[in-house]
Amino acid sequence: MPPHPALVPALLRIGDDRLVLGHRTSEWCGHAPILEEDVALVNIALDLIGQANLVLQHAGALEGTGRDQDALAFFREAVEFRNALLCELPKGDFGVTIVRHFFHSLFSVLQWEALSRSADTTLAGIAAKALKESRYHARHSGGWVIRLGDGTDESHRRAQEAVDALWSYTGELFMQPANEADLVSAGLTPDVSTLEPAWRAQVDDVLRRATLRVPEVVWMQRGGRDGRHTEHLGHMLAEMQIVARSHPGAQW
Amino acid sequence: MVSTRAQVLAWLDDVKDPEVPVLSVVELGVVRDAQVDADGGVTVTVTPTYTGCPAMRVIEDSIREALLLRGAPRVTVATVFTPAWTTDWIPESARAKLEAYGIAPPGPASAVDELVPLRRADIAVRCPWCKSMHTTLRSEFGSTSCKALWVCDECRQPFEAFKAI
Repeated sequence: MPPHPALVPALLRIGDDRLVLGHRTSEWCGHAPILEEDVALVNIALDLIGQANLVLQHAGALEGTGRDQDALAFFREAVEFRNALLCELPKGDFGVTIVRHFFHSLFSVLQWEALSRSADTTLAGIAAKALKESRYHARHSGGWVIRLGDGTDESHRRAQEAVDALWSYTGELFMQPANEADLVSAGLTPDVSTLEPAWRAQVDDVLRRATLRVPEVVWMQRGGRDGRHTEHLGHMLAEMQIVARSHPGAQW
Repeated sequence: MVSTRAQVLAWLDDVKDPEVPVLSVVELGVVRDAQVDADGGVTVTVTPTYTGCPAMRVIEDSIREALLLRGAPRVTVATVFTPAWTTDWIPESARAKLEAYGIAPPGPASAVDELVPLRRADIAVRCPWCKSMHTTLRSEFGSTSCKALWVCDECRQPFEAFKAI
C-alpha cells in the first residue's frame, strides 16, 4: 500500500509524544538520585528522541512540503505540537518522572506493537524497532514503581502523590480522533482506544504489587492532541528550540 | 574498475563500529547488503542498531569514505528498518572478539517473550575477565545504548555486557 498523506497528523502525535517526553527526560542529566539512574534516564531520553527523529522524518516526507524532522522539531510553535499533555508536564521529583514513564511506556509498548503491523511498511519497520526499546523502558519504570511504592514511607507517599497527580492525564492517550476511521480501516494505525483495557490491566497489576491505590477519577484532561497545551510546553520549547532558531540552517 | 558485491562487503569488514571498535559494521549486522551498478557505483543498505544511536551518522560516513578511497565512483547509503536489527545476527567469531575486548557478548534475544516484561529473563552472563558465571546486573543502561552494566561477584570487576535485543 502506498503511503497515505492523511497519516501525517497521526505521525505527529506519535513523534511529538516521544520528542517532548524525551526532552523532559533529558533534564535529569546530571541530576538523578544515583549515577546508574542518571545513565538510565539519559539513555531513555536518547531512545525517545531517536524514535521521534524517525517518525517525524517520515511525517515530513509524507507531508511533501520540504519540512524535515529538524524543521518539525525546532520551527513549530506550541499550538502546532500534538503530544499528549502527560508528556509535557514538568519533570517533578523522581517519583513523578518514574510514574509518568511507567504510564507512557506501557502505552508505547502496546502502540508500537499495533503499529508494527501497519500497512505503511516504513512505519511498521520503525515501530518494530522502537518496540524493543519501549519494552525495556517499561521494565525499568515498572520495576521502580514497585520499589518506590513498596519501599519506605516517604517513597510510598511520593509515588502515590505522583500517581494521583498524573492519573487524569492518562485518558488522553486513548482518545481516538473521530475523523481517522479511514486510517484504522485501511490498517495504517490502530484505534488507540482499543489499547486501553490491556494497559489498564498492566497498570492495576503493578500498582497492586506496589501497594499503591488506583485513583477514582473519571474526568480526564485533554487538549494536547488538538494543540491546546499547558503553559509548560511553551517554556520547554523555548529552551529546546533556541539554538536551532538562533542559527537557522547551521551545519557542523 | 568495477568491483563485485563480495569485494565491497570484504572492504566494509574493515570499517569498525566507532563505539565498539573490535567489531566491523558487517559483523555487527548494520550492513545488510551491497549492490554494485554497471558503472561501479555502490549502494550499501544499512539498518540502525537503536533509533537514537549517535554512531549511525559516523558509520555512514565511514562506509562512504572506505568505498570512495577504493575507487567507487559513487556511494549511496540507504537505510532500511525491516527486519529490525537484532543481536542474534552477531556471529560466534565476533562474540569471541567482544569477550576478549572486555564486553560480555549478548545471549539469545528470543529469551525475552512477554509483551510487557516487568521481570528480566533470568539469564546468566559470564564475566569477560575471570569467566565466572557469578555476576550481577547493576543497570540495564550503560555507556552506550547497546550495553548494560554488570559486576562480577568473583573478581569484583565491573564490566559491560551487550544487551540482547
